[in-house]
Amino acid sequence: MRTLPLGLHVPGETIWHRLPTGRKLLGLVVVGIAVVALRGPWPPLAALVVAVGVALHAGVPWRTLLLGVRPLLVVLAVLAAFQTWQRGWPVAVELVATTLTLVALATTFTATTPTDDLLDTVARGARVLRPLGVDPERVALAFSLAITSVPVVLAIFGQTREAARARGLERSPRATLAPFAVRTVAHAHALGDALAARGIGDPD
Amino acid sequence: MRETGSVATIELDDVTVTAPTADGDVVLLRDVTARLVERRVVVVGANGSGKSTLARLVNGLVPASAGTVRVDGLDVATEGPAVRRRVGFVFTQPAAQLVMPTVLEDVALSLRRHVKDRRERDERARSVLADIGLADRADVSVHALSGGQQQLLAIAGVLACEPTVVVADEPTTLLDLRNARAVEERLLSLEQQLLLVTHDLDLARRCDRALVVEDGHVTVDDDPEAAVAHYVESALRGPT
Repeated sequence: MRTLPLGLHVPGETIWHRLPTGRKLLGLVVVGIAVVALRGPWPPLAALVVAVGVALHAGVPWRTLLLGVRPLLVVLAVLAAFQTWQRGWPVAVELVATTLTLVALATTFTATTPTDDLLDTVARGARVLRPLGVDPERVALAFSLAITSVPVVLAIFGQTREAARARGLERSPRATLAPFAVRTVAHAHALGDALAARGIGDPD
Repeated sequence: MRETGSVATIELDDVTVTAPTADGDVVLLRDVTARLVERRVVVVGANGSGKSTLARLVNGLVPASAGTVRVDGLDVATEGPAVRRRVGFVFTQPAAQLVMPTVLEDVALSLRRHVKDRRERDERARSVLADIGLADRADVSVHALSGGQQQLLAIAGVLACEPTVVVADEPTTLLDLRNARAVEERLLSLEQQLLLVTHDLDLARRCDRALVVEDGHVTVDDDPEAAVAHYVESALRGPT
């Protein structure tokens, strides 16, 4: 399986590492909403420059940033071309810069936050849901799995696309998407078995 | 068969497992009765014979449709969480059982429910990694490990919980020879009771007791040499 860095903690002592996880998560949500609200080509581009600067200051290697963005490049290129054709280049730049900014911010968050800290923070936040019968640990685990499963699902997509290409079916979306869906569900089943076998999700 | 007093006891009493299909229930395992008290018990059989189903019964991944399964007297059906604290499970596919981004975090996840202090969790996880030879890989991505290292990490995640039984379902099938040997030696050297499902007959001969599963039945329960000899003869004689 190809190595993808999303979700991987990069140990360090920067201010971004020292920030409490709860505040950092809240900050990510607020800044993310603000970035999405930016209009025109220049403000999102400025936000992208700042986000990349923050990532590098946090010790995230260039290679990690680029690998995080790489799976999106084809989709972004298609969307940018479509937007340029339909609504002009400023909208296309806005869309691409906003998306890349969000990816850079998310990568910085996961790189500066140990997953265990994230689990603790989300579990603490989810305690208010306990009276409704919600298990905070399960919510935290689901949150964490959503992040850590992204590279796995992308890798499955890459493998199914290569398998379709090997059979000369690279132009058939069905030849990629159907096995991709089946393998993703199979992975989810295997992951569920692995969690159950480790007693994760069992009552205390 | 050598019996060891200090290991766990796995008891299967008249166990049958069925699975629903569009054409009705299919029997995966039928009328299995065994009391396993040896340190290293191996299960061999053809693909689809029911040996993985038998292994999965022991920590409740597969429920028995009839009969009872007990580990150290605890009923898997009614005391599942307590049983899973005693029974660790190693799967065939190493990558599918690793759920955290880094090696250390994945082992620490196993401890999360029972060790609330994060520093203590990390210390214990590092200690287990050192024991299994992955101390220098603690902070790397789980996806950056070789298949053999991933399987060793999966074993570390199991051992972190200090189980009394380790069930391993074809743990070396997807590994190259060198990695397979490393994983085998680690499993055979465990202090815990080992219930091993494998196609590696040389490995099977090194265990203390062997069950042969054929078409959902345990057809042989004997010394590994005798059981493997029966299995080989039966497999080569039967239809392909």
